[in-house]
Amino acid sequence: MTRLSQFKSAIALFSLLALSAGAYAAGADLGQAVKQETNWTAIGMFATFVILTLGITKWAASRTKSASDFYTAGGGITGFQNGLAIAGDYMSAASFLGISGLVFANGFDGLIFSIGWLVGWPIITFLMAERLRNLGKFTFADVAGYRFGQTPIRIFAACGSLVVVAFYMIAQMVGAGQLIKLLFGLEYLYAEILVGSIMMMYVLFGGMTATTWVQIIKACMLLGGATFMAFSVLLQFGFSPEMMFEKAIEVHSKKDAIMAPGGLIKDPISAISVGMALMFGTAGLPHILMRFFTVPSAKEARKSVGWATTWIGYFYILTFIIGFGAITNLIPNPMDYFVGGDITKGLNGGGNMAAVHLSKAVGGNVFMGFISAVAFATILAVVAGLTLSGASAVSHDLYASVWRKGRVDQADELRVSKITTVVLGIIAVTLGIAFEKENVAYMVMLAFVIAASANFPVLFMSVLWKDCTTKGAVAGGFVGLIMAVVLTVLSPSVWVHVMHHPAGSAWFPYDSAAIFSIPAAFLTIWLVSTFDRSARAAIDRAGYPAQEVRSETGIGSASASGH
Amino acid sequence: MQDDWIQRVVSNPKYQELKSKRSSFGWWLTLSMMVVYYGFILLVAYNKPLLATKIGAGVITLGMPLGIGVLVFTIIITNIYVRRANTEFDNLTQQVVKGALK
Repeated sequence: MTRLSQFKSAIALFSLLALSAGAYAAGADLGQAVKQETNWTAIGMFATFVILTLGITKWAASRTKSASDFYTAGGGITGFQNGLAIAGDYMSAASFLGISGLVFANGFDGLIFSIGWLVGWPIITFLMAERLRNLGKFTFADVAGYRFGQTPIRIFAACGSLVVVAFYMIAQMVGAGQLIKLLFGLEYLYAEILVGSIMMMYVLFGGMTATTWVQIIKACMLLGGATFMAFSVLLQFGFSPEMMFEKAIEVHSKKDAIMAPGGLIKDPISAISVGMALMFGTAGLPHILMRFFTVPSAKEARKSVGWATTWIGYFYILTFIIGFGAITNLIPNPMDYFVGGDITKGLNGGGNMAAVHLSKAVGGNVFMGFISAVAFATILAVVAGLTLSGASAVSHDLYASVWRKGRVDQADELRVSKITTVVLGIIAVTLGIAFEKENVAYMVMLAFVIAASANFPVLFMSVLWKDCTTKGAVAGGFVGLIMAVVLTVLSPSVWVHVMHHPAGSAWFPYDSAAIFSIPAAFLTIWLVSTFDRSARAAIDRAGYPAQEVRSETGIGSASASGH
Repeated sequence: MQDDWIQRVVSNPKYQELKSKRSSFGWWLTLSMMVVYYGFILLVAYNKPLLATKIGAGVITLGMPLGIGVLVFTIIITNIYVRRANTEFDNLTQQVVKGALK
């Protein structure tokens, strides 16, 4: 019992050490939810999804034999399929419900928010995607550490991956618990156990093949459902955006302020800083990066990002229409959708329910059940991807490369990744329960800031700068990681909103650390590498030409089968 | 032995052409994406009234087409790169690879 409470206070302390970016993150936060009536239609649809995906897992299990099958689906995913899977990883429940809720509440500001989430994709496409494919095998450490001393760079990369995965995961698990209360009318605890156990089955038995197909199916369902909603809304107005906006202005309490930027962007430094975290963080998320190793060639890797960007961008345009559709459909009927029939008291279930209520307005109870099931399935699929990337960081980077110095057979490595999957699943459920009442709004943003300040600079410099050395990369990566966490703790979103210090007392006044922590990481990598005169540094620099030829041409890259 | 084919690739003018063409194209597109995105954010930060200006007689503000425009621009610019890389740059790569394996 004391053990448990010690553990809980350790977790709470950890959470205090970790918090971030207010205004933006708050928009996609699922927050605390009030349990709704049990929704059997939604539960039934979700059960169907689970049965279907477990069937796929069974099929995938028969094809998952080697380590390469487990980590990268044997490299046999096509560019189009992988594009959908990446989009699936990125279109989380928070972005679907959160952004449409933000548009419902503030109009135009929701659009500014969604743009930030898309602009990282071209950067990945232009600078990273094909090089990742050409240099990598299973994890992004394979790429970052291609010519470096394996032990230090792998330890750094595993830290970077696991920290990002942990924060992202906690936000997802808490979100799952809140959503199950809202969408299915079930207890918080059920969500943790459901998500934890089903996702463990996907990853454990079906590896990357199952995880990818779950993501693809979910992405199609989400895109299909959102398309139907946006189409229905536009149909109501004869496909005239002008008429839709007119009606929205007429009914919304903010009137024509919803058509222009409002309070989302306050000071330019915060705005740029949040923008940088989103833009470069996307290129440092381990569960996204590992998807580039599942395709057979650089060409397919490029197609993947092309499709992913297209689907994600299309999805954000849909959420914008859905948000305005919610304004025009829900506000005129307060009795059906608002607490006590009073608009000023907010939507039943809170602001994030705008899209769910709209689905009922345009498609009735059955369609609402479908959208609810999709929203919950989204979390399940994202958690599976996160777990797989965390497990590969432990088994491939820490166990096989650092602990066993690469002298390990596939079966052994595979066994470790499966054990890790189970451990991570248990940790995810435990953290989900521990953080039930905590404010986790900052966590996804923090994951992005760390990915942008630690993983991205190391990856970028190791691939593109010939004089980068092991010491430089590791030092810069850790500087970025530590600065991202410390500045976030000292920023208002944690210092004031989580630790409850008085408003205005935060040491670091901006919404995001990225504008300082990203340059700090790059500068450290440059400085330390430049003055690095060790024997290892000479090897690192001498390794660049071979690395460059492979990254540019793909000669010698891991083959499609990877066996 | 290994250094041998690396030398052969590096001294291949096609390889140098591939590298310089692809990286300058990539960097120009990166720069334009940054200008468009941070330009939009700075516009929102410094000139909200401009974005709130109504277009013509209707209710649609200048900010709407600009905002949606940034989303569409992002999709288009990504696909432009993918298309050129998968045709022109890939052909060059094929030639370089052939030269290296000779």
